[in-house]
Amino acid sequence: MTLLEVRDLAVEFSTPEGTVRAVKGVDFTVGRGRTLGIVGESGSGKSVTSLAVMGLHRGAKVTGSVRYEGTELLGAPEETVRKLRGRRMAMVFQDALTSLHPYFTIGDQIAEAYREHHGGTRRAALKRAVEVLGDVGIPEPARRAGEHPHQFSGGMRQRAMIALALSCEPDLIIADEPTTALDVTVQAQVLELLAKIQQDRGLGIIMITHDLGVIARVADDVLVMYGGSAAEQAPADTLFTAPRHPYTRGLLDSLPRLDAEDGEALRSIPGSPPSLLDPPAGCAFHPRCPVYAANPSPLCTGERPLLRQVAPGHQNACQLDEVTV
Amino acid sequence: MTGFLIRRLLGIAATLLVICAVTFCIFYLLPNDPATQFCGKDCAPDQIALVRKQMGLDAPLIVQFGHYVAAIFAGRTMGSGQYAVQCGFPCFGYSFQSGRPVWDLMMDRLPTSASLAVGAALLWVLFGISAGVLSALRKNSWIDRTVMVGTIGAAALPVYFTAMILLYVVVTVLNLIPYPRYIAFSEDPVGWLRNLILPWVTLALASAAIYARMTRSSVIETLAEPFVRTARAKGLRERRVVAKHGLRPALTPVVTMLGMDLGSLLAGAMITESLFGLPGVGKLFADSLNKSDQPVIMGITLLASFFIVSSNLVVDLVYAWIDPRARLS
Repeated sequence: MTLLEVRDLAVEFSTPEGTVRAVKGVDFTVGRGRTLGIVGESGSGKSVTSLAVMGLHRGAKVTGSVRYEGTELLGAPEETVRKLRGRRMAMVFQDALTSLHPYFTIGDQIAEAYREHHGGTRRAALKRAVEVLGDVGIPEPARRAGEHPHQFSGGMRQRAMIALALSCEPDLIIADEPTTALDVTVQAQVLELLAKIQQDRGLGIIMITHDLGVIARVADDVLVMYGGSAAEQAPADTLFTAPRHPYTRGLLDSLPRLDAEDGEALRSIPGSPPSLLDPPAGCAFHPRCPVYAANPSPLCTGERPLLRQVAPGHQNACQLDEVTV
Repeated sequence: MTGFLIRRLLGIAATLLVICAVTFCIFYLLPNDPATQFCGKDCAPDQIALVRKQMGLDAPLIVQFGHYVAAIFAGRTMGSGQYAVQCGFPCFGYSFQSGRPVWDLMMDRLPTSASLAVGAALLWVLFGISAGVLSALRKNSWIDRTVMVGTIGAAALPVYFTAMILLYVVVTVLNLIPYPRYIAFSEDPVGWLRNLILPWVTLALASAAIYARMTRSSVIETLAEPFVRTARAKGLRERRVVAKHGLRPALTPVVTMLGMDLGSLLAGAMITESLFGLPGVGKLFADSLNKSDQPVIMGITLLASFFIVSSNLVVDLVYAWIDPRARLS
């Protein structure tokens, strides 16, 4: 069942240097119990997309359509969106240390969200806070609820952040690089926790990351973003076994491999992400694209490419797709 | 916490001792001789020598300094024989000019300076902070631009200029109130208030401008913090996001600055007090400087240092109370 349906979402910021088109029309859907992974490097528009879904962009021009269980959120009154925020769709941010308020206790911060949407006494809300802190595996939750974020370790803080998101039992969680600031073992624990919660409660999850390892572990479907546009979209298995966009292949190739030959250098994608102020014409990836370099095609510098169906359930924006497979 | 307080208090004592020593040395090195000054210009050399001996000025510097510091805590008998006077605790010596104890002179003037400082601080906090918050919340609007241009102007005005303009417009041209003179609060609260309005406004204007600009940038910075975004993502109303999650941390540095400013103002606003003829510590200081009344100058220097270092401690304690990260575990 579809929880969230995003169509042709575009986000523009006006800056003194000119208009930045951070997201240029992406489409995706998230169903209950499903995890959509959004991958891309910094500046690809993945975080901007998630904030746009939550209606958290201030001073940006957001167009397209964001439907939550059929209700259109873009252009809806702020009050309508506010009541969904935190209650039906919640966010887990990357850096829990800066994303949690330094002045208030963890318990108070969770209780505040709960009370905002469910009312009731402060005491009941705090009780709920302790309960969710326990749910996410924080030992001695009653005592820890009275502590401030800086008294928590990195992993515990991220758990607290997840507890905050879960406190109102949302149907959709948007996790923006939830494990990037954590070391690998803690990262694994946090991902397992999210997977378990998803199983128990049938949550839809959007997992935003630049880490293909995380995607491989949790995602059902993957959207690869580059320069504010969708490059490729496919079920996770397909994407990892048969990637079709040169950028996706570059990403997969640049993963370190245990079976690599001794002395073999890590492969990387040459060049750097495109400027959003002055993006390259046509396909944003063409200046870095090995396929274009080998065989420059006018298709790559003409119109901005859109996703096309290239196999059942598999969409690719590369205009040279037929040539490359 | 107790350990922290003890350490800080010891630190304050040490700081004050150093300030005391430095001031003492500066006065010792000055070319004018306290004995000549105290005795008057017609004194014969042997009379001066006698005064010098009576004042203890013939002793080595370190001994004199020891006497000075000890007198602050234990009082001191000054002079000898029939001229001996008992200078009680806390003894900062006697004014060369009036012959009164320095401590009494300062304490007589302190309420005036405190009235001026606290009243002005209330004004600049009220107007500075509200203008700053309004500006920040309406960033780049005409309100913001007006406030920012106005505050640049206000911050650029020297106190003596503001005072003269205010006096000219309010007293001379508009004739709204008589020329201000100081009336003690205990005597006539309404008169006290009416006569302090102009000095308050004068003193508050420049600070209000600085506070407004500081508040504005602090609020803008805080509202861009990730934890404010989290508050919005929780579905809180914007009003609550700003008031509870944004303003509290934004105003912390403002509170810090206020503590420091109040501390240094308590020992007198020299220019404002002199301009309005307010008999405060600042006016006393200015007069004593003119007349090289060294014991008074030293006393006020120490009083001011005391207020500044103690306000530092108060600020630290308030900070720890506001921001849990600053608390000692």
